[in-house]
Amino acid sequence: MGPDDKNKDKAPRAKAADKAAAPKAGKAAAVKAAASKAASAVASKAASAVKAIKASRAAKGPAKAEDILNGAQAIVRFLKERGTPLVFGYPGGAVIPLYDALYDSGLRHILARHEQGAIHAADGFARATGKTGVVFATSGPGATNLVTGLATAHMDSVPLVAITGQVPTTSLGSDSFQEADIYGISIPITKYNYLIKDPADLLPALSEAFHIASTGRPGPVLVDIPKDVQTAALSYFPPKTVPIPGYSPSPKPDPEGVAKLAEAIAVSRRPLLYVGGGAITTGVQADLLKLAEGSDMAVVTSLQAKGAFPDTHPLCLGLPGMHGPKYANIAINEADLIVGLGARFDDRVVGDVRRFAPLARVAHVDVDPAEIGKRVPADLPVEGDLRLALELLLATISPERKPEWRARILDLKAKHPLAVPKAGKDIRPQAAIKALSDKAGDGALFVTDVGQHQMWCAQFLSVSKPRRFLSSGGLGTMGFGLPAAMGAALGHKGGQVYAVVGDGGFQMTLQELATVRQYGIPVKILIINNGCLGMVRQWQEFFNGRRYSETVFGYNPDFAKLAAVYGIPSRRVDKPQDLDGAVSWLVAEKGPALLDAMVAKGENVLPMIPAGKGQTDFYETEG
Amino acid sequence: MADRAQMRKIISILVRNKPGVLSHVAGLVTRRAYNVESIAAGPTEDNSITRITLVVSGDEQVLEQVTKQFRKLIDVIKVDDIPHELAMTGELALITVAFDPSRKSEIMNLVNVLGMSVQSIGLDSITLQVAGSAQRVDTAINGLYPFEIRAMARTGLVALPVTPAGAQ
Repeated sequence: MGPDDKNKDKAPRAKAADKAAAPKAGKAAAVKAAASKAASAVASKAASAVKAIKASRAAKGPAKAEDILNGAQAIVRFLKERGTPLVFGYPGGAVIPLYDALYDSGLRHILARHEQGAIHAADGFARATGKTGVVFATSGPGATNLVTGLATAHMDSVPLVAITGQVPTTSLGSDSFQEADIYGISIPITKYNYLIKDPADLLPALSEAFHIASTGRPGPVLVDIPKDVQTAALSYFPPKTVPIPGYSPSPKPDPEGVAKLAEAIAVSRRPLLYVGGGAITTGVQADLLKLAEGSDMAVVTSLQAKGAFPDTHPLCLGLPGMHGPKYANIAINEADLIVGLGARFDDRVVGDVRRFAPLARVAHVDVDPAEIGKRVPADLPVEGDLRLALELLLATISPERKPEWRARILDLKAKHPLAVPKAGKDIRPQAAIKALSDKAGDGALFVTDVGQHQMWCAQFLSVSKPRRFLSSGGLGTMGFGLPAAMGAALGHKGGQVYAVVGDGGFQMTLQELATVRQYGIPVKILIINNGCLGMVRQWQEFFNGRRYSETVFGYNPDFAKLAAVYGIPSRRVDKPQDLDGAVSWLVAEKGPALLDAMVAKGENVLPMIPAGKGQTDFYETEG
Repeated sequence: MADRAQMRKIISILVRNKPGVLSHVAGLVTRRAYNVESIAAGPTEDNSITRITLVVSGDEQVLEQVTKQFRKLIDVIKVDDIPHELAMTGELALITVAFDPSRKSEIMNLVNVLGMSVQSIGLDSITLQVAGSAQRVDTAINGLYPFEIRAMARTGLVALPVTPAGAQ
């Protein structure tokens, strides 16, 4: 960016102010006029604008004041200048101008086979890299197909910007072809959203959108852009700073609160860290190690935090809550201090609030004040950025080892190990996942779908680095696995990407096999195939008198053959003695590959604490 | 757990004056299942800022969440909890009342006693206005009990904190 940026910043704001002062009717007329003018002049203008971009690129200088683009070109140029490595999407009528601008822009675009696939891929890319994912979709059905992906990203605080086309402003609100109020629809499932009615608002909104998506507690932002705004001519002046009054994304934690927390840890005899997704977002694994080791704190990691603290560490107790190992939940039950770090005390973790950690004081550090005290009252609240809070805490604390507690943790782990059940005549699903964990190697990144296999992955995959275990935790979105792995594979450097999916979730988004094949995305798919919706089946077995209502598939295709039709190397394995070889084959494959593992049907995820029960109310199976 | 005491509180929110802000505010109320008794929005001394006043009821934990969740909305600049005892409140109501022509003087008498003003009057109905604290509006409406209320529109409460003594 050059020295004349300051002036550039001021210009559009002054312009916007003039416009705001003009009467509304005049504004509408101006938009209309701009739209029709743009329609006739767009071709020549686009051509000259492209020339202008090329010229400025050749000169390697910043944007020139005379750069007139249409809205769509401005979007693409904005994304390129931000350094967006790639976008995912699916074209349609209301984004034809956007895709036209994309055509020879050099911005990499991955054409999914369904908008849901595109947004989960953008989500997977964001989770794997920490960068903001970007997805394009058209109006109406294109936009509504993003809904599940937006809600997924919102629940798990993933930075995402969704750009949707919309019918022209002149047709808004008249039930036009492919019109849906995605602005209204997406309010509860985005961090923020925009409907751009005035081309002058486009670039400021995009700047804001990326700022909001990626700062503080991240989340998805949707920008809905009518077709005539995409074709309207505008001057390219993206604002450099985006002052949003009242938005302070990463506040400094109150030193007094941190001092109290340090004191609480010092006097605690059985402290436990409950680490959440915020630890991944803020990249604090080194500080976590220091803190935990310094004071012998037990560590449980939520599903989103798996990898923030090494699974192999003696102090690591893995997943807390419903399907966590017994030792994690017993430790929570015995702890006298629980320190939540960027975690939201989810109902699957906490169970019965009144019986959660009955002996413990609860400390909660979170960048989102609304999370503190939302479900579990916090005795020691610390609002603010987790990285800053940990830095301050480590500077304040006088670490004191707690050998008795450490011994108790090691004892609990030895007494209640998570073990793969013995082999029967069918492959045990846990064994398949354990085999993958053992063979996948250091650089591996795992993406799961949702259901039983997801919990077995949490239990049996050993992950020791952040951003190496991606899973739809909050929303529990079946169909997330394959497309998210696709996005992750396009972002993950230095290792293989595995999608571990069930046969149910796989069939919700398997159209993306075509995308995987087209771009040669090196995703290794392991299907834990039990021919049923295992988690719901399990609940029906335990709580509904084995009335397996609609949870057993009457038909499944041969997924290995299906993959072969897509041109993806594939195998099916159904004998325990062949499992090792098959998993080795999957790991050794260079490009995309699929292994369909036929596993025992009636296997259940244990241990289990039924919903709403106390921390040690483990469900006991008969026999 | 013992029943948690229900309380009411006035929340005054300053928001960016942009299209869609009310949808964000109203949407939050619905999706978090908050119990809102009234909501009023209008301009402030700065035309880029709108003030939204809500009267919310719930237990202490819910009311604390309400404030935090509103603060989280991107368009929200500031959220003030105004304790009832420190609130200056105001509300306006329009009330159309039916009357028998023979009782005209009776109703005019009531109108004077209750401090209402007449907006329009017909043969068998009268539209009245009352403005002031919520209590005053309630009193006026209750005072009309001998007559049939045909239609009523209340603005919902607006509020500002009481100016501290000595701040004049």
